[in-house]
Amino acid sequence: MSDSATLEAVNIDQDAGDFSYPEDYKHDAGIGLSEATIDYISDVKGEADWIREFRKKALRIFEDKPMPTSWATKDLENIVFENIRYYLSKGQAPTRSWDDVPDDVKETFERLGIPEKERKFLSGVEAQFDSEAAYSNVKEELSKEGVIFVNSTEGLREHPELFRKWFGKVIPTGDNKFSALNSAVFSGGSFIYVPPGVKVKHPLQAYFRINAENFGQFERTLIIVDEGAEVTYMEGCTAPKFETSTLHSAVVELVAMKDAKIQYITVQNWSSNVFNLVTKRGMAHENAEIRWIDCNIGSRLTMKYPGVIMKGRKARGEVISIALANDGQHQDTGAKMIHAADETTSNIVAKSISVGKGRSTYRGQVHIPKHLKGCKNNTECDALLINSSSRTDTYPAITVRGNQHATQHEASVSQVSEDQIFYMKQRGLSEGEAMSLSVNGFVNDLVREFPMEYSVELKRLIDMEMEDSVG
Amino acid sequence: MSSTLSENETAVAAEGSVPWFAAPPVHDVALELPEWYRDHQAASWQSFLKLQDPGRSDENWRFSDLRKVRFSELIAARPADNVEALVQRAKAERVKDFAAHFVFANNRLIYSEVADLPEGAICLPINQALADHGDIVREHFMKEDASLGGEKFLALHGAATLSGLFVHAPKGCDIEKPIVVHNFSGGDFQAIFPHTLAIAEDNASVSIMDFFESIAEGEQSVIIGGADLIATNGGRVQYVSMQDESDSGPKHVQINSSRAGRDANIVSAFVNLGGSWVRNESINHMQETGADIQIFSANLVSGKQEYDQRTLQSHEAQHTTSDLLFKNALYDEARTIFAGLIQVQPGSHHTDSYQTCRNLLGSEKAEANSMPGLEIDADQVKCSHGSTSGQISDEEIFYLQARGIPAEAARQMISLGFMNESISKLTGAEIKENLFERVERKFASLRNR
Repeated sequence: MSDSATLEAVNIDQDAGDFSYPEDYKHDAGIGLSEATIDYISDVKGEADWIREFRKKALRIFEDKPMPTSWATKDLENIVFENIRYYLSKGQAPTRSWDDVPDDVKETFERLGIPEKERKFLSGVEAQFDSEAAYSNVKEELSKEGVIFVNSTEGLREHPELFRKWFGKVIPTGDNKFSALNSAVFSGGSFIYVPPGVKVKHPLQAYFRINAENFGQFERTLIIVDEGAEVTYMEGCTAPKFETSTLHSAVVELVAMKDAKIQYITVQNWSSNVFNLVTKRGMAHENAEIRWIDCNIGSRLTMKYPGVIMKGRKARGEVISIALANDGQHQDTGAKMIHAADETTSNIVAKSISVGKGRSTYRGQVHIPKHLKGCKNNTECDALLINSSSRTDTYPAITVRGNQHATQHEASVSQVSEDQIFYMKQRGLSEGEAMSLSVNGFVNDLVREFPMEYSVELKRLIDMEMEDSVG
Repeated sequence: MSSTLSENETAVAAEGSVPWFAAPPVHDVALELPEWYRDHQAASWQSFLKLQDPGRSDENWRFSDLRKVRFSELIAARPADNVEALVQRAKAERVKDFAAHFVFANNRLIYSEVADLPEGAICLPINQALADHGDIVREHFMKEDASLGGEKFLALHGAATLSGLFVHAPKGCDIEKPIVVHNFSGGDFQAIFPHTLAIAEDNASVSIMDFFESIAEGEQSVIIGGADLIATNGGRVQYVSMQDESDSGPKHVQINSSRAGRDANIVSAFVNLGGSWVRNESINHMQETGADIQIFSANLVSGKQEYDQRTLQSHEAQHTTSDLLFKNALYDEARTIFAGLIQVQPGSHHTDSYQTCRNLLGSEKAEANSMPGLEIDADQVKCSHGSTSGQISDEEIFYLQARGIPAEAARQMISLGFMNESISKLTGAEIKENLFERVERKFASLRNR
């Protein structure tokens, strides 16, 4: 028998997520999607009429829009929308104290190794169990500073004066088929408002869980950071494994007012039957900065292209992206940079690793329109292929109008060199260890951009993914 | 089927304009053509009728202005008037040292001269090659299955083409000097369909210079051209398309397909100066070990010109290489689109493949779109692509000014050098000089406006 403590330490997140609990959901909108589903969701949530209308309009747009298979993978056709549950909830109001959280929910977090220890480090936890936030805790000091950190239902109900103005404005309902779907059935997610000049010291975190077969999770996040304020938001996902496909389709909107800074960090590790189709976009006003730091390790198919609209002078946008695709996975990720004001700058650094039969794709768009001055973009994408059956694609699109700008794009594809592996084996490392070391080295400069606990976790996840890849 | 087509041709000749929805706009040639060719024409026409026009959501037409060519407007090209003047023009422009020279005007051969063709080499207008060497033509003519969006144009081309050149260099035959072809076009909505078919067999070599020019300025002629370039074991083909049509009016679609066998090398170049709307599609297959294909382009685009270029580098065997270098210098309200794709097919290990597109923007309203793409499905691959868009920096101008060169001249020198980088990769000093002079001429015309 191997040392159980060691075993537990190695088997972090992904395997720990490999379990599920009896389903005893209080509110269940049933399977399939219709106007009745939406009425049901709105009734349960006690929503205002304008939200109900917003949802219904979105449903019509969703039904009208074709699947984007003209450019995207045909795998999308395997989603059976009629077989999906669009709303589930424990029915309880978000709880403020840890003692109020139901035991099985606590146990889930325990198994993930998340709460008590880390809670001390974290300023606020918005932990999502299925559609509703089962647990949310904003430290007192944050409330004192006027920071609002609630779920989407509460945000729209209690603070419409703050959130309604930007809700659905950065990502219009009709942006794409899946943003329309989210707009129709959204529930959960975080609504955050940071008042002018407030610099939130610790990252705000939310953990998302999916825990019902055929259950889609449609969280909606809107973060507004007022003039000169700063916030870092962290989102991490693990999900138990299921027999049939589940759908996750989030919409995340960020608004950075003048001189504000937002950093949005994601570690995505859904189980490999999840369709993860996410629309994320930020709007940066004058001299504001939005950074997306994105890591995709799990899911069957991820399609995610975080974007920044640089609307004010000297706004900055950045996307840092790591993707790891193993057998049966397709990581279709990228970035969108829309320059809409003078002297705006954007930077995209994307690294992908394809293992076994995994496929990773970079898709990017950079747009610099006429009559602007001094815009700059830099794009780098590097791909690493581990096995001979691995696949990688790169599809950037860069539009530059006018002679006052500079853009550069570079992409390279390579593999771990045999020399490197040989060198490390010479020094007593096994081939697997050598491979892990090499792959970790490839993404190291990006992993360092993540907060410490995440980067440690990431390195372990990469080690785990690489375990059986050699040979 | 075949008899219907020839009847239509007669009808065309009689009326002088085409009954458009009844038949393709072929010109009035009365030639004995092989039956397979008639069948091919008929099948192409049928697929042309069936195919949809390129649409908004078609990824292969992203960023393109889809309103540029209306098929319903096209008519068959009528014979050109001032044939003698055109021949004189072509003679004055060609490189001095050539193997053969062919001049076509509005689909018709108006001049040919064979100066120095080695024994065994065949160099004929394509319609005559069909009659004399039908079997070789049949083996290689329009065999491309892949497409970069121009299926409908290519189908029309297949139904209508009867002009252009067939070059065949048998085993070991080295055609040292370039073969020069001129394709003149003119007349509003009159369409020409020139086709080049070049085959270099084992260790043979061929070099072709294709000039595309307008009979008169400002006429809205339509050119739908195609080329098949084939090189087998150790064979070499160089094909240069020099498009110097009138910069207002002509619309030009050029679809080239290259196939390189074991240790074979193909160089395919597009130099574009004229045309109001130009679409180049270049499909390249590295089919056997050691195959190498290089694709170069230099485009000087001004006014309201729009150049739309799509390329595919398909690596289909181990140890194959390819390189692509496209340079765009943009002025005024010009637009360019570059979409390139490197595909490394499963099992094509040890591939080396590169792709670079650089845009030099010389005005506030110019627009450059780049979509460099990679699809890698093999191991031990070295691939990279790069794309840049920028302008001449003030430091560079200052440096040259400090050496006594006026700012305007300095700008021109840098732009010329920028364009010349891809032209200089070609083989043949005289060819490069000829191309370079034309680029310089267009720069001069931009300056003197």
